Amino acid sequence: MSREITITALKYNPSDKNSKPTFAEYKLTETPGMTLYIALTKIKASIDHDLSSDFVCRAGICGACGMVINGKPRLACKTLTSEFKDGKIELLPLPTFKLIKDLSVDTGSWMKNMSIRVNSWIEAKEQIDINKIEKRVEPEVAQEVFELDRCIECGLCVASCSTAIMRKDFVGAVGLNRVARFQIDPHDKRTDSDFYELIGDDEGIFGCMSLLACEDHCPKNLPLQSKIAYMRRKMVKA
Amino acid sequence: MLRDNIVESILGKTTQKRKSRIPAKLDFLQSATGLILAIFIIFHLLFEASILFGKDSMYAITKMFELDFFIKDGSPIFISILAFIIFVIFIFHAFLAMRKFPNSYREYLRLKTHAKLMEHSDTNLWIIQITTGFMLFFLGSIHLYIMLTQPENIGPFASSDRVYSDVMWPMYLMLLVSVVLHAGVGVYRLIIKWGWLDGENPKKNRLKTRKIIKIVTIIYLIIGLFSLITYIKIGYEHRDNYGERYKVVSNEN
Repeated sequence: MSREITITALKYNPSDKNSKPTFAEYKLTETPGMTLYIALTKIKASIDHDLSSDFVCRAGICGACGMVINGKPRLACKTLTSEFKDGKIELLPLPTFKLIKDLSVDTGSWMKNMSIRVNSWIEAKEQIDINKIEKRVEPEVAQEVFELDRCIECGLCVASCSTAIMRKDFVGAVGLNRVARFQIDPHDKRTDSDFYELIGDDEGIFGCMSLLACEDHCPKNLPLQSKIAYMRRKMVKA
Repeated sequence: MLRDNIVESILGKTTQKRKSRIPAKLDFLQSATGLILAIFIIFHLLFEASILFGKDSMYAITKMFELDFFIKDGSPIFISILAFIIFVIFIFHAFLAMRKFPNSYREYLRLKTHAKLMEHSDTNLWIIQITTGFMLFFLGSIHLYIMLTQPENIGPFASSDRVYSDVMWPMYLMLLVSVVLHAGVGVYRLIIKWGWLDGENPKKNRLKTRKIIKIVTIIYLIIGLFSLITYIKIGYEHRDNYGERYKVVSNEN
């Protein structure tokens, strides 16, 4: 038998001078297999056209629908409403990112700045001759790089992080993971000393307190615990 | 030196146009000083618990730290020296760890709300860490100062008199709880932070580490509490002879 669920969402439009932060409450009937994405789509279609939230893929791939769901940063499309036994769900926008409106935040600008800051690209330091066969990369190493490349930049690690919550310049697990990805990649010829120039400070690796909320909330189960520890060991010796 | 600092404070880079290595050293030293203090506490609480095996055992341990095997009857000065070394490491560790504290109303509010909403185990452990750390600024300093300046007042009766008759037991109770929790959580954090026990399955090993540290922490709290209760009991029984020092009966001849 379907039950009635109550979804509460923070509503606020920073670009509207008359807007005041309020908590709007919506009651709707739960359907089998309902995700929060479906629930929010229903609310927006039939209860409150003004409610803003972001979605693209609906399948945990794009990372657009990150929000704080009953206190925990999660993807709305990967969260079933049936998980919440009392049928009460409170939604907040992800902290640490610029609020656009209601549940919609600007993770894109943050991620772009992070990518530029950690020089998120291969630095081969040599001219690549495309007529020659590429140098062989060990499958295990390639696999390790691919594993870290699975990051979808949803921002949940940043929103879970106590350092990022307190200090807005912190590079976050997403940034440290990115540096680890290039540090492992044999195509990248940068030394540890080069990487130190990118993250060797309290806004980088030394700001991380290893509370691992990033790892525990990562929807892609990235190995952030071991990779951040790995980068810390490397950077201390760099 | 000043000009180097001027360049770095303005540019964020040293005069060699490199990032300073100081943050790396500070991070390492925060861990290293924490580890030294944790190891010290692990042994300190065990030695202190010697009272559970009787006054003679505690007296023998006290004399051992006064180096009675090295100079005749030992000397409390060695306790002072040890207390001084630990005090210096303690202050340095506090100085380094303070960098991580929330340091404005807004940071405090954001952290507190974040932890309350998220109910995340390791984040909550860190709240315990900063709370006990803050308590230790004061409690640890009181204890270390007394040990530094009155090293001769350690022994089955002297310590018990201090605990009971000098009404130090509330301070020692708070110190015990805060230091054991702080050290327990701290050692767990060190293991995770540097990936010492990551092994093949870091996620699983993290849970295992947390479980073991939790058990050890509880054991240490129980040992510490029983020791404190024993000192209170001896202090109560000895209240009318406050100031009298313990003598080993069998050694009196």
